[in-house]
Amino acid sequence: MKTVEQIKAAIEAAVPGAGVTIVTNPSPSAQHSLLLNPSQAIAVANFLREDEELALDFLSNVTGVDYLDKEVAEKVKVTKQVAKTVDGVEQTIEETVEETRKHLEPGHLEAVYHLFSMRKKHGPVVLRMRTVNRTDKVELPSFTPIWRSAEFQEREIFDLYGIVFAGHPDLRRLLMWPEFKDHPMRKDYVEPDDFEYEPTAHDSVMARAKSHEAAGEQASLSSAEAAR
Amino acid sequence: MKVAETSPGFAFEKAPEAEGWNRPPVIEPDGEGELLEVSMGPHHPSTHGVFRMDVALDGERVIRLKPVFGYLHRNHEQIAETTSYLSMMPYTDRLDYFCSLSNNWAYALAVEKLVGQAVPERAEYIRVILAELTRVQNHASAIGFLIQEMGASGTPLMYAFKEREKILDLFESLTGSRMMCNYMRFGGCRVDTSAAWLEATRKVVAGLPHFIDEYEALLSENEILMARCQGVGVLKPELAVNAGITGPMLRASGVNYDIRRVDHYGIYDRFKFRVPLGEHGDIYDRYMVRVLEMRESIKILEQALKEIPSGPVMDAKAKIRGFRPKPGEAYGRIEAPKGELGFYLISDGGNGPYRFRVRPPSLINLTVLEDMCLGHNVADVVLIFGSVDIVLGEVDR
Repeated sequence: MKTVEQIKAAIEAAVPGAGVTIVTNPSPSAQHSLLLNPSQAIAVANFLREDEELALDFLSNVTGVDYLDKEVAEKVKVTKQVAKTVDGVEQTIEETVEETRKHLEPGHLEAVYHLFSMRKKHGPVVLRMRTVNRTDKVELPSFTPIWRSAEFQEREIFDLYGIVFAGHPDLRRLLMWPEFKDHPMRKDYVEPDDFEYEPTAHDSVMARAKSHEAAGEQASLSSAEAAR
Repeated sequence: MKVAETSPGFAFEKAPEAEGWNRPPVIEPDGEGELLEVSMGPHHPSTHGVFRMDVALDGERVIRLKPVFGYLHRNHEQIAETTSYLSMMPYTDRLDYFCSLSNNWAYALAVEKLVGQAVPERAEYIRVILAELTRVQNHASAIGFLIQEMGASGTPLMYAFKEREKILDLFESLTGSRMMCNYMRFGGCRVDTSAAWLEATRKVVAGLPHFIDEYEALLSENEILMARCQGVGVLKPELAVNAGITGPMLRASGVNYDIRRVDHYGIYDRFKFRVPLGEHGDIYDRYMVRVLEMRESIKILEQALKEIPSGPVMDAKAKIRGFRPKPGEAYGRIEAPKGELGFYLISDGGNGPYRFRVRPPSLINLTVLEDMCLGHNVADVVLIFGSVDIVLGEVDR
């Protein structure tokens, strides 16, 4: 079995401009993965399946992962010009100060594929693909035309994470019902007050629904409490 | 991109087109029979729980079939993200509730890979013994259900359940529960077996070959079983590999792939056993492969019960309190009775997994249900479905 570096080299030799990067896995399992460029992913997948030495004919596991927007705090050294009084004379001195700067790392959705070879009896080779963001650019190419085992699993990711797999022949929700709106496995998922989408006479449900209303959230909460 | 929606009346629509996709063949109605759309399930007794198939029929012949999932969906994977690693162990019992000990092992294996945990010798032997006992009782009852669906009301199933009962009694006396065993831990097993338990297990295992002989004498050459099963629901090996089919179903199609042999997880490289393979990939081969696998399991059981060493069942260095794996990920898989059961874990350093994924063999083995059923009579759908051997707790999670 080739190492990840060798597989990366083989892919780059076969598919020009594949844009593969290695994602290292620091855990003792040492299952490092290859991050694919979605625009070249189909060509890479075809190569991995057809290549005589790799012969990855068995796509075992397909998973989605959600990464939220992350605020990263960094300590940066900044040189500033500061006016100071030295020996009774006002001077402008350059001073190096440590400052904490925050920037927002945009979140993304990720699809993870575990490939094995039934012919050569080796594996796993782990592939990943990332969407641009979590809201509107969530399209990734589907591997179902190459490995049919992705058919239900990609439907499940579409259902629970909301990644849209372009080229999937039958992309529907798998586990939730068709009218369901949200994606329950996302990290910021809030379960609806009432799954039936109909107001009920049940008081606690009504009060809770009111407390979630966007306008005047705090005010309505206190009024609901006052009413109780 | 347009997203397809389910609509009633799919039987009368055109099949979805996708270039180069390894999809089921399109069967056009021949105009002789009435065109019907039948919703089988979710409360049909032959669906092993709550599973629905939308079947399009041309008279008696199946021309399209769509499985509908989700009736037992409880978002198992999200529950994992809100609990700790250890408290997820009892939940895995509820996945495939026929084989809770295999599920325990798969999960423990994945976590042990994640943290690099060693397992003591005796615990490995106990795991093998329990997993193989699970395999025997799962295959026996899977065959029992299959024959039940063929119309042999009760008798073969009760033969299988009689034997299953003895094995479940062993589980109960060791783990405290018949089906929800919650027995394995990261780095070993929860409690040690007593000498009396091992003796009782030897006794049960000694009785198993007689049970299988009896079972086979009753069924294997039965004319009705052969007529209903041979040549029905054929699965080609190329499609089986491409669709990710695993377990007895894959081997019945003649593909030699047993994870016990490929990965040598645990201590499976120490045992002598054969991997039974089918030739035709029909229902009869799936039945036969299961029978032969039970016989091979008995061989493994006999060797393991003979060689089991004494010693601790928990690794002394195993961390139980404050169990927080370092950031990273791991995919661990075992050969569960139904196929490849895998757990994929991502840790962010917290005390619960950041991402917990079950690779369910039952769900993925259903990918080819439509391919196998097309062109057969509607009565055969029940039989083909039974030969896949699924448990809905694992399909819907």
